[in-house]
Amino acid sequence: MSLVSTLYFGLFYAATLILVIGVAMRIKKYAQTPAPLVIPTMPAPRTEAGVIMRMFREVVFFESLFRANKWTWIFGYLFHFGMVLVLLRHLRYFTEPVWFWVNWVQPFGKYAAFAMLAGLLGLWARRFLVDRVRYISTPSDHLMLALLVGIALSGMGMTFLVHTDVVSLKAFALGLLYLSPQPLPVDLLLLTHLGLVVTLLVVFPISKLLHAPGVFFSPTRNQTDNSRERRHIADWAKELETKQ
Amino acid sequence: MADFDVPELNEYPIVPKLREGAMAHSAPFVAAGKFQGPLGFPGELPDNWKDVAIDKMGELLGKYRSLQVFLDICVHCGACTDKCHYYLGTSDPKNMPVARQDLLRKVYRRYFTFAGKYFPKLVGAVDLTEDVLDEWYTYFHQCSQCRRCSVFCPYGIDTAEISMAAREILDSVGKGQKYCNEILGKVFVIGNNLGLPEPALKNTLEGLEEDIEEETGVKVRLPLDEKGVDILLVTPSADFFAEPHVDGLMGYAKVFHAAGVSWTLSSYASEAGNFGMFIGSYENMRRAAMRIREAAIDLGVKRIVFGECGHAWRIAYSFLDTLIGPFDFLDQNYPIPQHICEFTNNLLKEGKLRMNKAENDHMKLTFHDSCNVARGAGMGQVEGGQFTIPRDLIRASCNYFYDMDQDTILDATFCCGGGGGLLTDDIIELRVKGAQPRMEALKKVTEEHGVTNLAAICAICKSQFAKTLPYYGFTMDQIVSVHQLVSNAIVLKGSEQEAELDGSAEQQGEAETA
Ligand code: HEM
Ligand code: HEM
Ligand code: SF4
Ligand code: SF4
Ligand code: SF4
Repeated sequence: MSLVSTLYFGLFYAATLILVIGVAMRIKKYAQTPAPLVIPTMPAPRTEAGVIMRMFREVVFFESLFRANKWTWIFGYLFHFGMVLVLLRHLRYFTEPVWFWVNWVQPFGKYAAFAMLAGLLGLWARRFLVDRVRYISTPSDHLMLALLVGIALSGMGMTFLVHTDVVSLKAFALGLLYLSPQPLPVDLLLLTHLGLVVTLLVVFPISKLLHAPGVFFSPTRNQTDNSRERRHIADWAKELETKQ
Repeated sequence: MADFDVPELNEYPIVPKLREGAMAHSAPFVAAGKFQGPLGFPGELPDNWKDVAIDKMGELLGKYRSLQVFLDICVHCGACTDKCHYYLGTSDPKNMPVARQDLLRKVYRRYFTFAGKYFPKLVGAVDLTEDVLDEWYTYFHQCSQCRRCSVFCPYGIDTAEISMAAREILDSVGKGQKYCNEILGKVFVIGNNLGLPEPALKNTLEGLEEDIEEETGVKVRLPLDEKGVDILLVTPSADFFAEPHVDGLMGYAKVFHAAGVSWTLSSYASEAGNFGMFIGSYENMRRAAMRIREAAIDLGVKRIVFGECGHAWRIAYSFLDTLIGPFDFLDQNYPIPQHICEFTNNLLKEGKLRMNKAENDHMKLTFHDSCNVARGAGMGQVEGGQFTIPRDLIRASCNYFYDMDQDTILDATFCCGGGGGLLTDDIIELRVKGAQPRMEALKKVTEEHGVTNLAAICAICKSQFAKTLPYYGFTMDQIVSVHQLVSNAIVLKGSEQEAELDGSAEQQGEAETA
């Protein structure tokens, strides 16, 4: 096996490890930090089922963002749901036999890349054109978009311009899953694509990408409006009661 | 009348262009050392203030999931940037909710995150310096903790939570705010924000009883410290004398009278407001609220009802059971605690109040949803009851009611500009500018529907509007209490109003409801 293949093989393991452990640690922290007061943004659902629906609308439709800003919503939606389709399409590299529904996604996934890219470019344009968004943007905000645009462009390059050896790539990908290193086709676009993907995995747990797991822990969205029916008290607050 | 420019009211809301530093000069007076001590805070900046502040931040990150999650997950999408009334009114970019959060976030990143420790420039992380501390003091006192930003943020990031944490850190290094901390001191010693002692209260209440009797011919009582009654009423102390608050208090008394329940005020717990929330201090908020529990037990009441006050109702509805519960000693058949609007609304529904709406025909009303009620609490055990119940009360009391623009009411309501511990004259410029979005919406309904008055159920809103309305060409008496409207319309049994309506006092027909 070539040096490049070995390097990428190792990188993928390291990156996946960082991603999984990093995100798990963050989730653990969020879950273990108490929410001492009932602070849902009201009016809030009065039942658990209602809260699940609220979270569902937030994650699947970006409901609050829709109320806030239609342009950001459109671009954000194009990007995220384009990305979801693209990633579903990617499952074909990691499944053998390919799950039947992944096959259905293939044609959509292919063109979803355009939605994803358009969304990213729209969001990026806002960072230059809207004075308020320009003001709050940090270099990392731009880099994150650049990274995702890079992933999208390199991927689309392979899909629509210079095809890569998908069969050996799949062998490499399955090799990752089954702990048996296989050679990676050495192809500039693919190496770029995968290099950027590795970077994305690594920065995920130390960046604002934590919004993906984090949204589920947001007390203003995941709490039930039941403060007059059920006593809600954190352990550290309970200690104040015994101190008296 | 002002040494600053009062913002213009436009026909349609305009999101202003940034003007950096536009409000950099606005900061409230710092609390003197003697007001810090009683709340458990140092009187001045300690030598090791930086360590103290960072430690405090670490402590709060461990205590509040909101803070930890919100500081991590903001994606700088900008959806909140045009949602804050202080940004809209001042155009200072640091009054955009995300920029306000970033003042704290950039320090959080520097000391608590990998990216901020090793690549500070990349993620905009900075060291904590005295300049940063001053900036916190300036801009975290330009947030009324109204939570409007949290409605629009895709993750519900609530800048109020960040402001509260920032103020607590500031307090921990001796940079408290004079207005809030002085007032909390008064509550701990005397029992209310205004420092009204028991004899003064008693006097005031007797005066109000006389006023009601003069107006209606009925002896309506406003009892103080009466043991063994059913209901303890806890109301903001402004209700005892400020206009239009006091007209609301008379309204509550008439409603209790018409309901035939026994009730009392307490001189020990003579304050519904609780500035402990504004300074983000759980301990102080709990200590101030504890007086209510003590008074309820001491007086042996069965129920607790809160008067019209925005942040007080948020604390009462959302936090009270947490802070000073469990309330096993109260009657479990009623919500604990209950809002006076819920109480009155139930009576109306049961047909127990007779209302003569014509008494309010000299006014055309609109309603200001107070942000702490709208976004921080509920009413009536149904989702959105905090919007329908006060409106139902107004409609039952008045013939003319018109809502303001949809984007400025209900859960999208704009703060009055004086909430969150900012109702102090040393920052009047901020208060006036922050009122701009509300004034703009008000102006529109005045022009379209001939609205004459703005009703509210928050003591701070009422005081703030009484002060800021004139800056925008309105008059201070255009702000009214919801229970003032109820008070005007309610027809008490045996009153002169009843006699007038029915021809004679003896001829008592079936009670009719509006
Ligand atoms: C639970 C899953 C997720 C939800 C609900 C979610 C939601 C959102 C929302 C509402 C925004 C703000 C609007 C926008 O800029 O699009 C956003 C921004 C963003 N999301 Fe996600 N997201 C999720 C997962 C992800 C994942 C897995 C990625 C990583 C690849 C990601 C990358 C981004 C980026 C980079 C931005 C910032 C865009 C900008 O700079 O304007 N998101 N997300
Ligand atoms: C395990 C990691 C990944 C591998 C092995 C991989 C591999 C590939 C390959 C071989 C293609 C070309 C497909 C073709 O020729 O038809 C491609 C396309 C693409 N990839 Fe990836 N990719 C990975 C991760 C990602 C991630 C995380 C993203 C997005 C955040 C992404 C976004 C895209 C896009 C937008 C395209 C073009 C559209 C398409 O063909 O679906 N890839 N990827
Ligand atoms: S809580 Fe209200 S005042 Fe504070 S930043 Fe958000 S919108 Fe502005
Ligand atoms: S809306 Fe929320 S995520 Fe977007 S910039 Fe504002 S606080 Fe950050
Ligand atoms: S004073 Fe009224 S409008 Fe202003 S912050 Fe409080 S409840 Fe909100």
